[in-house]
This record gives sequence, C-alpha cells and structure tokens, in this order.
Amino acid sequence: MSTTLIAEPPGHDVPAGSRVNYLNANYGVKSWLLTTDHKRIALLYLGSITLMFFVGGFFAVLMRLHLIEPQGALVAPETYNKLFTMHGVIMVFFFLVPSIPATLGNFLVPMMIGARDLAFPRLNLLSWYIYIIGAGFTLYAVISGGVDTGWTFYTPYSSTFSHTSVIPTALGVFITGFSSILTGLNFVVTIHKMRAPGLTWFRLPLFIWAMYATSIIFILGTPVIAITLFLLGLERLLHIGIFDPAIGGDPILFQHLFWFYSHPAVYIMILPGMGVMSELITCFSRKRIFGYTFVAFSSLAIAIISFLVWGHHMFVTGQSIYAGLIFSVLSFLVAIPSAVKVFNWTATLYKGSISYDAPMLYALGFIGLFTMGGLTGLFLASLATDVHLSGTYFIVAHFHYIMVGGAVMAYLGGIHFWWPKITGRLYPDGWARFAALIIFVGFNLTFFPQFVLGYLGMPRRYAVYPGEFQVLNVMSSAGASILGIGYLIPLIYLIWSIRYGPVAGPNPWGAKGLEWETPSPPPTENFEEIPIVTEEAYDYAGTTGANRG
Amino acid sequence: MAAHSAHPEGFAHQFEDMEQQREAGSLGMWVFLVTEIMFFGGLFATYIIYRSLYLHSFEIGSRLLKVDFGASNTAVLIASSLTMALAIHAAQSGKKKNQQIMFLVLTLVLGVLFLFLKFNFEWRADYAEHLIPGFGFIIRPEWGAAGSHVPMFFLFYFFMTGLHAMHMIIGCGILVVLMFMAGRNRFNGEYYAPLEVTGLYWHFVDIVWIFLFPLLYLIGGRFAIPGVH
Repeated sequence: MSTTLIAEPPGHDVPAGSRVNYLNANYGVKSWLLTTDHKRIALLYLGSITLMFFVGGFFAVLMRLHLIEPQGALVAPETYNKLFTMHGVIMVFFFLVPSIPATLGNFLVPMMIGARDLAFPRLNLLSWYIYIIGAGFTLYAVISGGVDTGWTFYTPYSSTFSHTSVIPTALGVFITGFSSILTGLNFVVTIHKMRAPGLTWFRLPLFIWAMYATSIIFILGTPVIAITLFLLGLERLLHIGIFDPAIGGDPILFQHLFWFYSHPAVYIMILPGMGVMSELITCFSRKRIFGYTFVAFSSLAIAIISFLVWGHHMFVTGQSIYAGLIFSVLSFLVAIPSAVKVFNWTATLYKGSISYDAPMLYALGFIGLFTMGGLTGLFLASLATDVHLSGTYFIVAHFHYIMVGGAVMAYLGGIHFWWPKITGRLYPDGWARFAALIIFVGFNLTFFPQFVLGYLGMPRRYAVYPGEFQVLNVMSSAGASILGIGYLIPLIYLIWSIRYGPVAGPNPWGAKGLEWETPSPPPTENFEEIPIVTEEAYDYAGTTGANRG
Repeated sequence: MAAHSAHPEGFAHQFEDMEQQREAGSLGMWVFLVTEIMFFGGLFATYIIYRSLYLHSFEIGSRLLKVDFGASNTAVLIASSLTMALAIHAAQSGKKKNQQIMFLVLTLVLGVLFLFLKFNFEWRADYAEHLIPGFGFIIRPEWGAAGSHVPMFFLFYFFMTGLHAMHMIIGCGILVVLMFMAGRNRFNGEYYAPLEVTGLYWHFVDIVWIFLFPLLYLIGGRFAIPGVH
C-alpha cells in the first residue's frame, strides 16, 4: 500500500476523502484492533480514555449532587466513600496519566521528529491492550460493588478493614502501569534514535522535550507503585503483615512507596500539558518561544526533582520532622522550573501577534489556573500551614487546579489544536470558543469555593458537613454542572465535525513543525520523504496571523 | 512494506536502516532493564527496611533456607550466562547455525535446571517444613518472641525468588523462539539483534539472583560469628 502512497502528489488541495490516508487506507474492525500505526493507536486510546473520563466524571456529578445538602442529598455515606474513590482511581490512573502521552503523544511524537512510526509499533499496540485489560478490572470492581479506600489505597484500611473490591481495583491499576511503562520506553527510544536528519536536540519542539521528561517518570516511577500494590494485595490475601501494624507491618512505609510514584505521577499529568502549552502559545502569538533552552531543561528539572518531594504528602503522618524539613525545601525547589515555564510563556506573548482561536483560549486559561494551583501548592509545602490545611478541601481545590485547570485544559487545547491534523476536518469555531469559556467559568465556580471551604476547615472525603458551609458547597455544585456541560459541548461538535466539518487542509493555523508539513489526515507512513530539518523550532519570524485569523 | 523491499529479512519498515534498528532494539532493552531495576528495587528496599527492623526474625528465616540448593543454583545461572554469551558470539562471528543452536540449548537446559532445583526440591522441602506463608505456615515455639515476624521473611523470600523465577520462565520461552529463528538461519554476522537483546535480559536476571542469593541466604544468619550481634 505504501507504493501507491509515494506515487501520490502531496494532496494539499485534494478533499480528505479522495486521498489515501491513515484513516481510509483500510477498513474494518480488524484493521483497527490489529493496527500498528501509531496514529490509529492514538485514536484507540482517545476513545478509551474519553469513555473513562465520562465514567469518572459521572461519579463526580453524583458527589456534587450529594453535597448540595449538609446531611447529604443523594446517597448513603458508604456509597459516597465509593464515589470519591472510583472518581479518583479512574480519573488519575485511567484518564489523566495516559491522557496526553497516549493520545497526542502517540500521534505526534513520530510526526514531530520526522519518523514513520514509533520505534516499537507492536509494543505500542500491546500497551493499549494492557490498558484495556487494566481498565476492565477496574470497571469490574465498580460493578462488583465499588471500592472505598480513596484513590491512595492507604493501609491498613485497604489491606485489612475495607470490605470492598480492593484487589480487582489494585490489580487494574497494577496492570495499567505496564501500559505506561511501555509507552514511556517507546518514546525514549524513538526520540533518541529516530529523529530526522538535521533535527538536533535543541531544534526539537518543546512538546517532545516534555514527552521525554514524562517518559522518564513513567520508566522510573511506575514499577515502584506496581510492586507496592502487589504487596498490598499479598497482605490482603495472606494476612501476613507488610503494611498493617497490627500484624507487624509498617503503614508509613506504604505511604513512602505510594508517593514515591504518585507524586511524580502528578508531573506525569502536568508535564505533557506544559509541552502542549509551548506549542499553542508560540503558534497563536506568532513568535519563537522565549528562552527555548530554559523551557526545555525545566521539563527535565521537574522530572528529576519530582522524585525527591514525595514526603510532603506525609507531613502529618508521623514522619521525622527533619525529613519533613528537607521535603519542604525540595518541594519549594520544584516551583522554580514550573515558574520558569509560566514566565517564559508570558514573555512569549509579549509583543506577539496574538489570535484568540479556541486552542489559544485553553492555553490562556491554563496559565491562569496553573498559576493558581501552583501557588496554592506552596501553602501546602510549608510545614506550618500544611498542618492546618492537610486533609481539607484546600488540598482538593489545589490539585484540581493543577490536574483539571492545568492538565485537562491543556489536553483540550491540544485536542482542538491538532484535531484538524488528526481528522482532516475543522470544528465550528464559535462553539469551540464558547465551550472553552464555559469550562473556564464552570471550573472556577466549582473549585474556588473549595479553597475557602478548606481554609475554613471542611475536611475532604466526608459525606456530610456543618450547615454554615452550605452556600459555598452549593456554589461548587452549581459550577460542577456548568463544567459538565462545558465538557459535553466539545464531545458533540468534535464528533459532528468528523463527518460534517469543513475540510481543514494541511495547516489551518499556519503553524510550524513537521507534523503540519504533511497532508491532513496524514498518510500511513506520515512522510512521503523523510524531511531534512534546517531551521530552529518555532521559526515564526515573518509569518502573519493564522490563515483563518 | 513494498517500498523497503530492498532491505534484508527482519527489517522493520519504520526504520531507516539496519543499524538504526539494532541501536533502537538495544536501547529499548536497556531502558526496560532500568524499569526492572526500579521494579526489583522497590522490593529490595522494603526487604532491607524490614530486615533492619526485625533482624532476629529475618536471621532465623535465613538459616532455614536450603543454602546448598541456593549455591548450586548460583553456579547453574552463572554457567548459563556464559553459554548465552557464547551463543551471541557464535552468531556475531558468523558461525554456523548448529553452534548457535547448541549454545542456546545449553542455556535453556541450565535455565530449566535452575527452575527444577528451585521448585521441585527447594520449595518442596520448604513446604514439608511448613515454611510457606498462606499454605500451612507453622510458627515454631523455639523461635520465641522473634517468631511472629518469621512469616514476613518467608513472604519476601517467596515473592522475590518467585518474581525472579517468573523472569527465568519468560527468558526460557524467548530462548525457544530464538532456537527456531537460529534454525532458519536468521542470524549472521550482520544481524543478530534478537540474540543480543535477549542476552542483555538474561544477564540482568542473573545479576538479580547474584543480589538475591547473599541477601536472602547468606548475610547475618548462617555464617555470623556467634555472640557478635
């Protein structure tokens, strides 16, 4: 099939339907389930994580409905415990961790570096199947009665006392971890070995640097949580003490091992978003990124420091006070590379020729929300304030500003940016901008009141609360319903656009980068000729506003 | 793929040339081994922490292990690493397939011997002595107060050596595949990447055992000078 591809002229003006591309190269369920094309695997992931996102979101909706009344409006307290657990487990392990790497990363890494595919295409497909098996176990746990340990699986509650489906859930997370490891391995090898001629490390798009840093965390962190959850399962099955103090184990050790992965996992969620940001900001302000090398190395710095800060989750768990001091200092350090990025994006905007297309609205939203999330993190990294704020809604609000305000905004921004490349179609621009605004407003209305609630002392994970907190809780629930609608709108118009959207052309944004030099959707082998790179990344000098500006 | 039909057998379409493919495969295995180090590393760290907390119990457990089987298995594994290296060397230096297959078979025989000694003799003896947690473990009165944590030692012992044995089984499976490939003359002085990458894996699994053996069987308990600790 590739011979015919090479004979084809670059189909710039040809409608998407009449040219052979990765979507219409062959048809049928089998051609998708057995594909080794990174672009098709990206779409398999996109479908699966979108499903998981709405399952996890459904639990969130139920929670916010329940919290409209101080005594709880909807479910029994035991059910509420299961709701927040399933929401956390699904959103963290089955949506946020794979979100950008497995979809946009899978699609874009080979295209951005001028390669025909990832280094190990069959391994890539295997990683999707592993993800599906893991997700299957976790969904089975939901159906078989749910799990109520919280997404952190703290022992000894999870290993001894909980009467819910802990083992299927933990097994699901354990299995899915291997899909992350394989994705990370594939990316590292691909980025090292398969860059196009002339594409030196410092000419790479910053999205690639972010993917590389994320992959390092996948490779180093994920095995540790895998082994930890395995030990948890063993203790639960055999009743031999590993983490339960009543039978000789050490519960603090579980927390050390858990957070050794799960804190870096926070950066797994946000680093890819930062990579997307650098692409969006440069394209829609028509400027080269301010301080390329700083932004690139700040990704690596975040990946490395992320492994040294896990103890800040344990300031109030009986960890040594000296360890607490060190972890506090190190946690402040991680703010530096994060701030470098925010300042550099802002400096890139300065005197840029800015256009407010939908992806850019998400990017600007990201800067504001991520800054809020990052700065409130400093309150939690300070020992004294953390004692007051630990275990309250302040934490909930903080990490939602990072994970939803940061990671999900960047994910949606990225999806909107590369959607014309992925599908060859444009979505309705007005609706897209409208949805971005709705999401921004809904998000802030949902989570800003939670900062106040937490500061006033409302603990997280409780099914009931004192009456004086009701106004803020109702605000939060109202915001959640707006946010929910904001997420449904893109789902509808993006699906609509696949069939009815106007044909996009190879580069609707006038963006730089190798992925925009191929037709949309790209042919199966991405490039007719492997390109030779002669310019720096984001060489926007002399270009004007986006074609549709 | 038709467009690259000029390339030799075993060439994957996403690469530019065989050299790039070989380097990618090798780097991929190294990265995988880093993951494996973290995988075993979490377990080793946990073991060492509990060993320092419950030193006496862990020494009692250590003395109950069958050190002669452990030692002979160490020798078996080191020998298998040698034959694995010789199999790669045979392909690298363009030797006939018979020599490649012979060394692969030897490696497989040694790997299976390791598993046979471990499962059929060592673990069976452990079972007879009621030392398997969850399968009729009996805490003996002569262990005294330290007895309560002896099951924890054995949990770690079976989990760590079991995980290692699982890696051995996977390795043996790959060896069988390699034998068939060698039988079809797939490897020569130009192309032997699957052998090389499997060799990396096999040596890694050996090295894990080289750490497991002293950590579980030797240190502290059996050969400690009486009255020193």
